[in-house]
Amino acid sequence: MGKRIGMEIALAAAEAAALCRPDVIAAYPITPNTHIPEHLSDIVAEGRLDAEYICVESEHSAISACCGASGTGARTFTATSSQGLLFMQEVLPIVSSLRLPVVMVIGNRAVSGPINIWNDHSDIMYQRDTGWVSLFVANGQETVDMVIQAFKIGEHRDVMLPVNINIDGFQLTHVVEPIFMPDQEEVDRFLPTYKPFAQLHPDKPMTMGALGLPEIFNEAMRAKDEAILRSKKVVLDVWKEWEKQFGRKYEPIESYKTEGAETLLMTMGSMGETAEIAIDELRKDGFPVGLLKIKLWRPFPFEEFRKAVKGAKCLAVMDRAVSFGGPGGPVFAEIRSALYDEPKKPKMLNFIIGLGGRDVQVEDFIKMAKKTASTKKLKPEDAYEIYGARE
Amino acid sequence: MSTTNVNPKKLVENFELYAPKLIEKMEYFSPGHRACQGCGEALAIRLMCKALGKDTVISNATGCMEVISSLYPTTAWNLPWIHVAFPNSASVGSGVEAGLKALRRKGRIPDRYVKTVAIGGDGGTVDIGFQALSGAMERGHDMLYVCFDNEAYMNTGIQRSGATPFGSSTTTAPAGKASIGNKTWKKNVAEIMVEHGLPYVATACHSYPIDFMNKVKKARSIKGPSYIHCLSVCPTGWRSTSETCIKLGRLAVETGIFPLYEVEYGKYKITVDPPEKLRSVTDYIKPQGRFRHLTPDQIKGIQERVLMERNKFMNKVNHSKSWEELRAPQGK
Repeated sequence: MGKRIGMEIALAAAEAAALCRPDVIAAYPITPNTHIPEHLSDIVAEGRLDAEYICVESEHSAISACCGASGTGARTFTATSSQGLLFMQEVLPIVSSLRLPVVMVIGNRAVSGPINIWNDHSDIMYQRDTGWVSLFVANGQETVDMVIQAFKIGEHRDVMLPVNINIDGFQLTHVVEPIFMPDQEEVDRFLPTYKPFAQLHPDKPMTMGALGLPEIFNEAMRAKDEAILRSKKVVLDVWKEWEKQFGRKYEPIESYKTEGAETLLMTMGSMGETAEIAIDELRKDGFPVGLLKIKLWRPFPFEEFRKAVKGAKCLAVMDRAVSFGGPGGPVFAEIRSALYDEPKKPKMLNFIIGLGGRDVQVEDFIKMAKKTASTKKLKPEDAYEIYGARE
Repeated sequence: MSTTNVNPKKLVENFELYAPKLIEKMEYFSPGHRACQGCGEALAIRLMCKALGKDTVISNATGCMEVISSLYPTTAWNLPWIHVAFPNSASVGSGVEAGLKALRRKGRIPDRYVKTVAIGGDGGTVDIGFQALSGAMERGHDMLYVCFDNEAYMNTGIQRSGATPFGSSTTTAPAGKASIGNKTWKKNVAEIMVEHGLPYVATACHSYPIDFMNKVKKARSIKGPSYIHCLSVCPTGWRSTSETCIKLGRLAVETGIFPLYEVEYGKYKITVDPPEKLRSVTDYIKPQGRFRHLTPDQIKGIQERVLMERNKFMNKVNHSKSWEELRAPQGK
């Protein structure tokens, strides 16, 4: 059943990736994910993992090398953050179109302008529509578990898509937490050797990455969309299997004290843990409030989400990215659209918080919850605010 | 074998005799692709594949060759082939090489050597893919990179690249009353690759098929990174007639504009001798519409530059030493 150890989460992510026995790792250093490739290169250098570690000259080349390696049928891993993820962007939708199950850990960090190395979710939001299965973790244990699950999800024949695991930069990557680290034998049992559907090999030559004319492009996009929609069932199955073997339960939308809650807060990533404390305090004061935490961002779990908000009077969505000139934060836009056709829906407010590592404290969640509950009527343009921004 | 000074008739006779032994019959880059008539690049790729043989994986940059060869659901490739994007043929290739190495070591693919070959046009190599190329070569992957240089972005409609020659008119460096066309001299990436410390670097041209194929075979046999820069005539972009494709490649060599050589472990060697007295650059420039605006004075300037470059190059041929020759003497 593995050992419970204290470990920095970035190192734990690297240990978890190594337990999956990747054949090729290609990564480029960028704060705050750097400890992941560093530690993996250590693991390879010590001879604990038999893998090719490619010290690429950029993130663009990191993800490109992952494409080539995964194309040969190798299990492939990379990690990045922020500008690095944006530099990869050209290639990200191609990875999913080529149906290559590359796994990537993203140490989420603000995107430059002004340069800032601290956490928010703007990096992944720019990549939202690239066709990757996208998971969000709230702590170290989830990081380890989801890295291992990611390979199993991505490599499933019904999916065959790349998967990214989003870990808040610094708030998670650089924090030491107690973590149950599964042992090799357990991981091997859960995750067998990767058997690729297609391989770049002369024994069966094949063309990967052909040119698609308008006559087939719609179909190609539909096939990718269907694959990612199908992946939800696989995600749920893999989580069930995980729970059975490791005893830890995962849900696309996790609920915390939602019973009888009139006001719901909704978070993604590490903020959920701070919000839980706020919920505890508010509940102590008799305030009927609960928390929803999104774990599965793509494919978006519409069904589970609608079920989770049923009966709530108001919903506060916490975003850690801005959609400039748009309808609110990217998570909020999604949530509002998901509930549009519901006959009875909660009043929805959007708080854009914690940008570029700005601290969000327990009191902030209490304030936001109270504001949400007390807001009577909303014009659409008042629906979002960049919380805590000084005038 | 130098073929320049051989009587062409005699050459053809010999060719009939030797060709079946020299050139593999198997087509790995099949006819039926959509290249323009007289495309030097498609011919060069066909020859390259024959020299490489079956146990090869190709990583292809975006460009003419990807477009003309991989129109879904058809493919011209009888080799395993991957195309990802424009600037990353070399980095995709490094992943392929690493993947094959790891899988072979772990017994998950048959235990035999498969060569990784990354290819790209001049835009995908000397411009947008330059960083990926430099990184992949510096990392020492066991990979051959071949640049098929037709001297502009032909796929997108003849825009200027870093490999476009001086005085050439392109759609983004057009000749006009106030401009000679492209105002810069061709970037010499083969030399930059030599400075990466590669064990094998060569230049080639489809107009010298045996020379090119020998170089590809040599590069294939070398464990480690190697680079071939193959001048590929593009009748569409060069505004020349399709039947002059081979001739223009030969003229590039005979005028000294594009010397054919190889650099093996640091030692320069000319592989195809140009005539003792180089032909005038006018012979090369005149049949090409991309140079038609050049005045005699401007052509004279190009001639002077070509001769200067030739001297620079000959200096390397005459004085370069191989790594072995340069090895410091061992202590007594």
